[in-house]
Amino acid sequence: MVRVEGVRFGYGAGGFRLHVPSFVLEDRERVAIVGPSGSGKTTLLNLIAGILVPEEGKIDVAGIDVTALNETGRRRFRASQIGFVFQDFALLDYLSARQNIYYPYRITPALKLDAEVRDRAQALANACGIGDKLDRHPSALSQGEQQRVAICRALVTQPKLILSDEATGNLDPDSKVRILDLLFEQAQAAGAAVLAVTHDHELLPRFERVLDFAQFREKAPA
Amino acid sequence: MNALYLAFAYLRYHWARSLVLVLVAALIMFVPVATQTLLSSSERALVARGEATPLLLGSRGSQLDLTMAALYFGEERPDPVPMREVETVWDSGLGVPIPVHTAFSSSGFRIVGTTIDYFDFRQLTVSDGRGLSLLGDAVIGAKVAEALGKGAGDALVSSPENLFDLDGVYPLEMPIVGVLEQTNTPDDEAIFVDIKTAWVIQGIGHGHEDVVTATEVANGTAALANAAVVQYQRITSENIESFHFHGSQDDFPTSAVIVVPNDTRSATILKGRYLDAEGPTQLIEPAGVIQSLVDRIFRIKALLDVVTGIIAVAAFAAIGLAVFLSYRLRAREIATAVKLGARRGMVLRLLSSETVTLLLIAGGIAAVGAAIVSQNAEAWTGWLLTLGA
Repeated sequence: MVRVEGVRFGYGAGGFRLHVPSFVLEDRERVAIVGPSGSGKTTLLNLIAGILVPEEGKIDVAGIDVTALNETGRRRFRASQIGFVFQDFALLDYLSARQNIYYPYRITPALKLDAEVRDRAQALANACGIGDKLDRHPSALSQGEQQRVAICRALVTQPKLILSDEATGNLDPDSKVRILDLLFEQAQAAGAAVLAVTHDHELLPRFERVLDFAQFREKAPA
Repeated sequence: MNALYLAFAYLRYHWARSLVLVLVAALIMFVPVATQTLLSSSERALVARGEATPLLLGSRGSQLDLTMAALYFGEERPDPVPMREVETVWDSGLGVPIPVHTAFSSSGFRIVGTTIDYFDFRQLTVSDGRGLSLLGDAVIGAKVAEALGKGAGDALVSSPENLFDLDGVYPLEMPIVGVLEQTNTPDDEAIFVDIKTAWVIQGIGHGHEDVVTATEVANGTAALANAAVVQYQRITSENIESFHFHGSQDDFPTSAVIVVPNDTRSATILKGRYLDAEGPTQLIEPAGVIQSLVDRIFRIKALLDVVTGIIAVAAFAAIGLAVFLSYRLRAREIATAVKLGARRGMVLRLLSSETVTLLLIAGGIAAVGAAIVSQNAEAWTGWLLTLGA
């Protein structure tokens, strides 16, 4: 699903530098990325999603060479192939849960909001246990419910890859396990791989593989 | 469409903020337009009335007071001019004099004592009832009828006032015999009576109860002065014959005299006769007085425009700041949108949709307001011009 080869990236001269010689994420695989803060975990997610562009190396996602795409191509690729789940849920307070799930369709012409999408959103919400709360705004939902809405939003576009950045970081211990299981369950049902950044070592046994990121950080040249 | 949908959703969710921004923006747009419309309409109405009144004769003093009292029935009270001045103009054969007595009011509307010539001169027609024919009759303007809910067959009572007459003024009940067609001029807000009726209100003319019999007169015992003599407050068919005026009509007062000259030459001759700065009367051209008033108003308006402009700039800056702060507050949303695949242009379109939507709604409200003002400008101008009458 994801193949990273010889990728180098740095934030300006003298700043943080990242070197990933090789990394592979298989189809439907669930991999956790751990490592100290500032080691570049989120940067790798952004490189894979095409939000950042590496200085050198190649990133291949679902057969698409992301590094070869231009800005427009990367946006389309992101909208259609990647599902994001964020630590802070990143829901919009002014939209209902339903409209938050539709949000990716509202902001990019690469996706079309039709009846099929609406049915899929409802089915996802039912599966996540929030089917009866879709008309509520985020402020009227619990943290766990908000993250469920975020998971539905990540999956509604039927992506092949879910990038999760500390998705359970703001949840209580019980909710963490439930939400992660739900994410895996739904990703499995959609046939999507999951690459998740986490600091929570208690959750690591639930992943198929763990990637320690400390090994990839380079010291900035003097 | 998606950008608009999101913009509407944002504005609806933050309705209080949106409402304040919309109202402020609408006000900024509406006020200058409404002011301009009303001022232009006022100018047209003022100038039209002034131009439709060729000459105005009155006591020497403020020309503006004279004009406002005689043309707009304002609350100005120029010194009265004696009726002999009316006769003088008649005798000259140079024009038609129309006395206008505007000293009294009823229910907040000016009572205008005049002659039948006034109705022909202003081309006023009766929409309901009939014109003036008997002492005490009143014909009311359309706005008076509307405001008081009265029409032909009802009655009005003059407000008790002391004016020229030191003996006091007796309220007079006047039957309304007609309602005038609306003209969107100060005539709509006036109560017209014959000038003799105005004199009755003033106490110059009055009636007596028939306490003095023919026998008493024959016996030389008639009561010439009697505390029992009753001042009538209502003129009826039974007592109308008893009404009479004391003194010479030449000395009776009127507020002003509209003079309609036969032609330009007559006007010039007439004007020449009142040039004496020491004379008790003056003959003025209302159009000139009004024009100078309008010029003064527009000089003030220019100042107001500058003030409005400064306020508008400040208010738009405040709106801009509010919108900018809103953009800053939404930085996280923008970052999320970019991560999910939105292009920067889409984000900008989303944010500008909100601003444009706000301004369009505000513009719509301002436009509706301006249309209402524009539609009613003539009527409201008429009301404004007679305000305080």
